[in-house]
Formats: sequence, C-alpha cells, structure tokens
Amino acid sequence: MSAEEWPLFEVFIRSKSGLHHKHAGSLHAADATMALENARDVYTRRQEGVSIWVVESKHIAASDPADSDAFFEPAKDKIYRHPTFYDLPDELKHM
Amino acid sequence: MNLEFESQDPLVQYCLLLADNVLILGQRLGEWCGHGPTLEQDIALTNFALDFVGQSRLYYQYAAEVLGNPHSEDSLAFLRDVPAYNNIQLVEQSNRDFAQTIIRQFLFDSWHYYFLEQLQHSGDERLSAIAAKSIKEVAYHLRFSSEWTIRLGDGTEESHKKMQAALNRLWVFSQESLNPADYESELISKGIAVDLAQISAKVAQKRKAIFEEATLNMPELIPFFGNGKKGLHTEHLGFILTELQYMQRAYPGLQW
Repeated sequence: MSAEEWPLFEVFIRSKSGLHHKHAGSLHAADATMALENARDVYTRRQEGVSIWVVESKHIAASDPADSDAFFEPAKDKIYRHPTFYDLPDELKHM
Repeated sequence: MNLEFESQDPLVQYCLLLADNVLILGQRLGEWCGHGPTLEQDIALTNFALDFVGQSRLYYQYAAEVLGNPHSEDSLAFLRDVPAYNNIQLVEQSNRDFAQTIIRQFLFDSWHYYFLEQLQHSGDERLSAIAAKSIKEVAYHLRFSSEWTIRLGDGTEESHKKMQAALNRLWVFSQESLNPADYESELISKGIAVDLAQISAKVAQKRKAIFEEATLNMPELIPFFGNGKKGLHTEHLGFILTELQYMQRAYPGLQW
C-alpha cells in the first residue's frame, strides 16, 4: 500500500497551558493508531502538547467559502450581540 | 591517532557497552534521514536516532568521569577504533529496507525496555538514574517497532515476505544482548549490572507474542551469541565509524 492511498487525518493538539485542543495540521496514515503515532512524531517533538486527537479528514463537515457571505456577513452589523454594546450601571460590579 | 585505551575497569567496559549500543544504532537510524518510506516514518526514525545519541552521551559522560583526564564523552565516541567498541553485533547491521530496519529495531527494543526496567534498580545510582530517564523514550520505541512488526508481518503478501526474510537474517543476532560478557558478569555479582537471566523470559515472551500476532515464524534458536561485547565485530562497524568519526579524524580537536 503506498502512502498516496493512505487517508488524510486532521491532528488536534492540546498544549500544556491550553484549555482545548487546537488544530495543528494534517498527515497521512493507514489507520487511527498509526495517525496518533505519526502525530506524536511529527507535531509534538518540541513539547507542543500533552494530548492528541486525530480524526479522519473526511469526517469533518466544513463550511463552503462560497457561502461565506450568507454565513457570516449578516453578523457584521449586529454589534448589539456583544455584551460590550450595553452600558451597565456602576452599581453592577463583576460583570 | 587512536585513543590510548587500556582500561579494564568493568564499570567502564559496561558503560561503553551500553553507550556503544545506542550510539551505533542511532547512527544507523540517522542514515534514514531523508530516505524514509513516508515523511512521518522518516521523522519517527530520526527522532529515535536523536533519542539514542542522547542516551549514549549519558553513559559516555559517566565512563569519562570514571576514567578521568584526558578522557571525555567526545574522545570515547570519536577516537576509539573497532576493537575497542563493545556494542552488540545486532545494532551495526545495515538498514537495507524498512522491514530489515523494523525487525532490527524490534529485536533491540524488546530487550532494551526490559533491560532498562531492571537497570533502574541498579546498585549504581548513576546508572539507575540514566535508566529512569531513558525508559520513557524506550517505551515508545517498543510500542512503535511492535506496531510496525505486526502491521507489516500481518500485512500484504509482499510485506510479510520481506519481514520474514528480515527476521530469518537478523535472528542470529538476537541473543547476544541476553548473554553476559565477563565484565558484565562481574558487575552482576555486585548488583550493578542487570542480571540478564532475570529478564530473558520476559524478552522471549514479548518477542513470541508480537511475532505470533505478526504471523511471523520465529526461527529456531541456534547456539551463537556474537562477540560484539568483547570487541569482535562484523564487517559493518568499520564503515560506520569511518563516517561517524570522520571530522575528528580529519581535523583533530575540531569544535563547532
């Protein structure tokens, strides 16, 4: 089996100080076990992480860049959705 | 110019055995750099090479301290000739193809892991500390080479054939690590060296389990142990040292 036939995996790494896993990159592997080991060897050589997730790329559903206007544009003029839009009375602390 | 080397101190000889094993194997794995079957395996093998060179330094530093001036970790690695090297013959065998490299690696790791497990309890504090530090790396090596032995042994017809051929070729070198040299036996009796008789069952069991899962036939044991530990080597080691030691031989005392 050549490497070209191996499926693509996406690699997510949680760094020591990080709270959640972040996308680190992708790699090819024959299965999930090999993908984890490959990810360890390729992406955590410089102490980048304490936990690794891998998922076959085909299982990720992604938004289409062509849809970006419909998906993301409408949020732009709705700044009232940010809490900072509102003036709070001084009496309210710790918000 | 070769290092004047006449120390018969068993502790020094033992440190050199352990250091030379990992230095030579590290050098061999380093030869894969840029030639691995895939990018990921290329990086994995060179990661291991660096693990091994790092481990060798710890033993060389210790040996150099015991020997005192003018010895150093560098002089021990770069200025000894073939007969002064104590590594087992397995680690100097050539890479050939990925199957041969993986079998060599598994035969080494399946001994190395259980060896370090015991060395952690050595009466020599320094050796026990080196073992505790190294075993984490080696646990991963063993996982990796076991995984690939199974994957390729129980893979395609072609990969199985190559793995069986590799095992048949390298099996003759598989027992030397379990057979003590004189200086080793002396240290075993002092509670410093690992008693190889104590780990041989675990090593054999691990090898049997992995080869079975890999559908590989374990060849019959033959009564040949190799004499690398005593400084007798196969034709390969001279070529390795020629490359490894080139800079110090051509430019004595060179620093960078």
